Amino acid sequence: MDEGTPVSISIAFLIYVVASIAVVVLAVIKAKMTRKISERTAFVFLGLATALAALPALFIIAYSIVNGAGAISWSFLTQAPSQAGKAGGILPVIIGTFYLMLGTLFFALPIGVMAGIYLTEYARDNWLTRLINMAIVNLAGVPSIVFGLFGLGVFVLAFHFGLSLLAASLTLACQALAMVITTSREAILAVPREHREGSLAVGATKWQTVRHVVLPQALPGIITGAVLAISRAAGETAPILVTGAAFLLPRLPGSPFDQFMALPYHLYTVAAHVPGMSKTTMWGVALVLLVVVLSFDVLAAIVRYRSRQRGLER
Amino acid sequence: MNRSHTLLDNKTLSAEACFTKLRTEKVNLYYGSFQALRNITLDIPACAITAIIGPSGCGKSSLLRLFNRMNDLIPGTRVEGNVELDGILIYDSKIDVVELRKRVGMVFQKPNPFPMSIFENVSFGPRRHGINNRAELEEIVEKSLHQAALWDEVKDKLEQSGLALSGGQQQRLCIARVLAVEPEVILMDEPCSALDPLATLKIEDLMKNLAQQYTIIIVTHNMQQAARVSDTAAFMMMEEDRAGVLVEYGPTSQLFTNPKDRRTEDYITGRFG
Repeated sequence: MDEGTPVSISIAFLIYVVASIAVVVLAVIKAKMTRKISERTAFVFLGLATALAALPALFIIAYSIVNGAGAISWSFLTQAPSQAGKAGGILPVIIGTFYLMLGTLFFALPIGVMAGIYLTEYARDNWLTRLINMAIVNLAGVPSIVFGLFGLGVFVLAFHFGLSLLAASLTLACQALAMVITTSREAILAVPREHREGSLAVGATKWQTVRHVVLPQALPGIITGAVLAISRAAGETAPILVTGAAFLLPRLPGSPFDQFMALPYHLYTVAAHVPGMSKTTMWGVALVLLVVVLSFDVLAAIVRYRSRQRGLER
Repeated sequence: MNRSHTLLDNKTLSAEACFTKLRTEKVNLYYGSFQALRNITLDIPACAITAIIGPSGCGKSSLLRLFNRMNDLIPGTRVEGNVELDGILIYDSKIDVVELRKRVGMVFQKPNPFPMSIFENVSFGPRRHGINNRAELEEIVEKSLHQAALWDEVKDKLEQSGLALSGGQQQRLCIARVLAVEPEVILMDEPCSALDPLATLKIEDLMKNLAQQYTIIIVTHNMQQAARVSDTAAFMMMEEDRAGVLVEYGPTSQLFTNPKDRRTEDYITGRFG
């Protein structure tokens, strides 16, 4: 770490303390302030808080670019690593992450969407449904290393998939399910009741109504949720650590039963376990991971934006 | 002949076309423990427009939704008594609800076109019932839009979204969507309450034309509307436990000019509601 860090930390901390005290003090004396002054102070402090909230994200992106951009080159993106990642490129690492995302999507999307449809359109409101809903909500809160151990026990060992792309994808899919189901349910619930009634009133069956009226309208929301879920899966380290990610495997996986390399785990190994690693290479890997994850987030935003535009045109 | 014969005001059709299309007999409707309708008995003639009027919350919509079993969608709904369509008990366990709703169409309070093209909106019902031939669908769409008095306004933009139409046009689109499955009865749940007076008049004219061919039941808050369009009218009220009861049922002119029940007179002259 450079010597500027303690200073900037102290300054940030100082700003935080002063702002917090100011908020409390202002809250106490607010009765004595005119409405105009209180309006302006509220505006300033709420704006400051927003700026502080956005700062870490912008800082991380800027820092990764500044430190990692030097590592990015054609050969870095298209070659296999050598010397434990100190030399060569990260192609198998990138491809491994994309395979993982595809595998996660393949397992989580159909099951998640179907469960979302069942829970919103078909399930009666009884204790069993409520229990299932509660389980799904809590699924999102399970720590990712626990998913990893679950995947190790079930997919790697019990199902004999071994340490493999398949086992890791299934593990990540379990974790992504909660998000896919939740966003699917929200998207399906957002379809107006009037449209379902209009469809049923001309003699369409329940499934025809779901298939031809509800799903087309819910699709953008479902896709957005799925994209966000796999972009999150792409950044997970713990679940793949114990289910198939390889420390160093300088070739592409040939089948779903092969081990693989992946960006977050590679980043962890080069940062923590490879002595004499160049800082630029390390941040180069981080930058690629960030770009992969953020580009999927942007994709989700575009899908949502375009569907909204289309909705307005229609 | 039939009881309903005498109910007629003879505004629309000849008497022989007028058999009882729908009948309820001692119907009680419950949502869970709440009773929404009590002891409703009425015959609805095939050749007429029947209006259901009454204050808010008196069960008008519940009564209307009895006829296409739309109340079934609400969990905990229970129906006692008989509801008949052409003499067939529609709450019998052997009845196919999908088939029933094909015969008894419904137009809703708020125009609810699907976010699809005008063509897709009208052809929605026929396609769900298995018609996939494009030429056949085109024919149905044109015919239904003609019947709904919308064809001239939209014939050049059938591929445009139904949501781009005005409120009144949207409601006529929804009527065309119902007509496309060739129902026998059309239920209308306050179809003009979201529309301006001009659009309302258009729908009312349309209803009078459709009454030649279809049995129409309309729920309305607007008593002038009931007086303008309907041949027979039913006045409903709620009792102290908020259950809806039928107070008076008869030819519209009689109900409005010479009501038999004191409560009908009070409501019509604006003393409450």
